[in-house]
Amino acid sequence: MELKTVQTNRVPVRYYEGGSGRPLVFLHGAGGLDLDLDFLDALAQRFHVYAPLVPGYGDSEECAELRDMLDFTLHTWDVVERLGLKDPILAGFSMGGMIAGEMAAIAPNDVSRLALIAPAGLWLDQHPIPDIFAMLPFELPGYLFYDAEAGAKILSAGTDMSDPKFLQAFLVQNARQLGAAGKILFPIPERGLASRLYRIKAKTVLIWGEGDKLIPPVYAREFQRGIAGAEVVMIPRAGHVAPFEKPAEVIGAMARLQ
Amino acid sequence: MRFTWFNLMPWPYLPADFREKNRSVWVDIDSRLFDPEKSHDVYNGYLDMLEYAGSLGFDGIGVNEHHQNAYGLMPSPNIIAASLARRTDDVALVVLGASIALYNPPLRVAEEFSMLDCISGGRLVAGFPVGTSMDTNYCYGTIPGLTRERYKEAHELIRRAWAEREPFAFNGRYTKLRYVNLWPRPIQQPHPPIHIPGGGSIETFDFCIDNTYSYSYLSFGGYIRGQALMQGYWDRVAERNAPDASPYRAGFAQTICVADTDADAERLYAKHVSYFYNRCLHVYPGFADAPGYRTIKTIQKGILSQYAPQTMFQELPWKELVENGSVIAGSPETVRQRMEDLIKKLRVGNIFCLFQIGDMPKDKCMHSTRLFAEQVMPKLRNVFPEYADDGRFWCKPLAKRATPAALRAESELAGVER
Repeated sequence: MELKTVQTNRVPVRYYEGGSGRPLVFLHGAGGLDLDLDFLDALAQRFHVYAPLVPGYGDSEECAELRDMLDFTLHTWDVVERLGLKDPILAGFSMGGMIAGEMAAIAPNDVSRLALIAPAGLWLDQHPIPDIFAMLPFELPGYLFYDAEAGAKILSAGTDMSDPKFLQAFLVQNARQLGAAGKILFPIPERGLASRLYRIKAKTVLIWGEGDKLIPPVYAREFQRGIAGAEVVMIPRAGHVAPFEKPAEVIGAMARLQ
Repeated sequence: MRFTWFNLMPWPYLPADFREKNRSVWVDIDSRLFDPEKSHDVYNGYLDMLEYAGSLGFDGIGVNEHHQNAYGLMPSPNIIAASLARRTDDVALVVLGASIALYNPPLRVAEEFSMLDCISGGRLVAGFPVGTSMDTNYCYGTIPGLTRERYKEAHELIRRAWAEREPFAFNGRYTKLRYVNLWPRPIQQPHPPIHIPGGGSIETFDFCIDNTYSYSYLSFGGYIRGQALMQGYWDRVAERNAPDASPYRAGFAQTICVADTDADAERLYAKHVSYFYNRCLHVYPGFADAPGYRTIKTIQKGILSQYAPQTMFQELPWKELVENGSVIAGSPETVRQRMEDLIKKLRVGNIFCLFQIGDMPKDKCMHSTRLFAEQVMPKLRNVFPEYADDGRFWCKPLAKRATPAALRAESELAGVER
């Protein structure tokens, strides 16, 4: 995968590109793309993958003009447009799934294939989604991974919170990334998508880790109820970060869209 | 010098094992720890203390806003200030302040502050905090990354509402109003003095300097630790070419305990100070700083929340708290020396004095307050004689103010008329 830049009206956007085949746009979750790079490499074996970063993620420039769900949705359409893509397969994980769902709802005639991997965007009072904005780093693995212990090792590799320099860099990255994510996820990761799901015309596959403790699988059924003809694929022995934990299974499920 | 007797209004009944059994004093505090019947005496006792301080020659009595917080019982500081307006005279009502980004529309703050200024005869000192992340983001749901933009807009609306004499349309991003027409309007013109409590962000320094507002650092870490931050402020005052470096451009909150001797201070107050520092400041670090609340520039300057884990108070003994300046305690002479040191080192004209600490009962608190008012405060009045006439940052009350009528006389009069 190659890291490149594309300019929209508002901001230069960083994106990964690689592979060949049918174009596929992958939208990352609130954690960014750090955990997804191997997954993207594998995905690029089958598709021509474009994975743009939300402004503020990684080394990309922030964009103060992106304030609400409509801004995020149209911004991402702008990116697709500037990449010169027409009706790519639209895929999104977690927060990215929320954005992809909104894109498909707002422009139903421009999306014919949609893959939502543990998307955010709905809220069930009986199944509240834990507050990622109030979590300390050590609390995250338990919610993200099927195997929390292994996850903790992965997340803490190369980190040293007692080193002030590292801590500062960590806080800056958090402020940039989760600060941007908070515009559509804080304090409740729901911005009215439920009332717009009916507009989606795309052939849709909903992919979920069976052991997802952040957005529990009950949400898969809720999305399925809202999107006509949507198919649910449950991935065994996977948590929220299914693309990281079970890349082959997730890609296999996405391939059903071809 | 201007001394404000400031009360946080802590809940005094947190159990001894609070830290072990609870994750936070704030946001998700166990609501079963609040007892409404007990709160009746708690509130009225705190009002008594504020009114008592108002009678002892303090320049101001001060209140602030916190939500879902066991060391702050004032989600609405204006309710407390309104009740103080009636039984006090000659003392500023310092509301430090109302979190203007949290009200919809924020015009509400302009209205309530106007009412307070009118009822009190121009005694209001207004505070416009951005608000802590706990209050603003976690309790009141404001999106962290948009908090400052929202604050800025609320500030603009309030200032215009106070200033303009004709109804105007306000087309903000967060507030749209067709007819802004403030009624009632504040006595103090062009507006009551404004103080901004801050936690060290550069943007807030600049905002105060550019608007001639007083910057207040309300830390619990004491003046020795607060010195670096206040120096940062004064450096900024110089860098931005402010017309002067008046000490009244700045304020500082300090915990103070006065007794007849240093030993008495420890004997009388140590356990209440420990209650505050070791139970009330037990804030879950996940609530300290919502990502996006603090700007990148500020984080890069190394300014972290005082509730962040690196600076969170561990079980701190009295001796250490006194030595590191978190608490200024001792005989009147000891306290005078340290206060003078604070005032000069930080160059602050406004002191927000915290005498009621943790679960300190009324009698002890009044004892400490009276000793300070009688034996310490008079000796500290003239630290900055060259700025004695700087009234820009303080209220200007009406010369002739109403006094509440005696209740019995009034009812008798009503009887005669009938």
